[in-house]
Amino acid sequence: MTREVWYSTLEQRHGADLQQKFSQSCVAVCGLGGLGSNVAISLARSGVGTLILIDFDRVDISNLHRQQYAVSHLGMYKTEAMKSILTENTPYCNVITHTVKLTENNLSLIADCDIVCECFDNAENKSILVDGVTERYPEKYIVAASGMSGLHSGNMIVTKKLGKRLYICGDRMNDISDDGTLFAPRVMICAAHQANTILRIIAEKFEV
Amino acid sequence: MIKINGIEKDSAGKSVAEFLAENGYDIKRVAVEMNEDILPKSQYESTFLKDGDVIEVVSFVGGG
Repeated sequence: MTREVWYSTLEQRHGADLQQKFSQSCVAVCGLGGLGSNVAISLARSGVGTLILIDFDRVDISNLHRQQYAVSHLGMYKTEAMKSILTENTPYCNVITHTVKLTENNLSLIADCDIVCECFDNAENKSILVDGVTERYPEKYIVAASGMSGLHSGNMIVTKKLGKRLYICGDRMNDISDDGTLFAPRVMICAAHQANTILRIIAEKFEV
Repeated sequence: MIKINGIEKDSAGKSVAEFLAENGYDIKRVAVEMNEDILPKSQYESTFLKDGDVIEVVSFVGGG
């Protein structure tokens, strides 16, 4: 499979104009757990040109019930594991990795992206990232997630728009500290909302 | 009156920080939209509510 064949296959499906927008886009996926691992794969499959993947953690057996890693990835950094998955699935996506904890002090790691996808698990860290990007990079779009734990109805998960550039996907209610755990499909529903919202922003469809 | 998450409240004159604390919001977990723009946390103390303001507050919950 050559780059030319892959992109002509995408163009046939998406149309040349839309695929060109996808190809020219750069999305930063912040956190590569249940949300981020699913978002990254969806965006790469859709032909998004550049992904910046940020996570400090390694793949653990406790991740396999909902995150897109395999037994062969156990012990690897999630950035490296996800890069190897994307290289196998969609080899012409440009993948940049940063194996660090993203905080307000190293936000410049996402300076080159158009859209920031917040995929952390801790509520305060979610809020800090959204706030930091809003303040420092007000031109960027942010697609965050809040509320996807437990075995509640999938129909509760929606995308809400706040301001002109912030989108929050989830049920905005069910907290991991109350539910105790996450289930793969419900996390995937939320991640799919995020990835779909990102593609819609690239396509200049800004309403939810 | 201001409108917060669709409900009218008589909170004009208070800072956004005061308003959030009085209404049980944890400032460390919220995102605030004020009159269709996101209000950065650094402006919560210095921004005062006035009649006609429309506020949306989302509290982040954990999981991901």
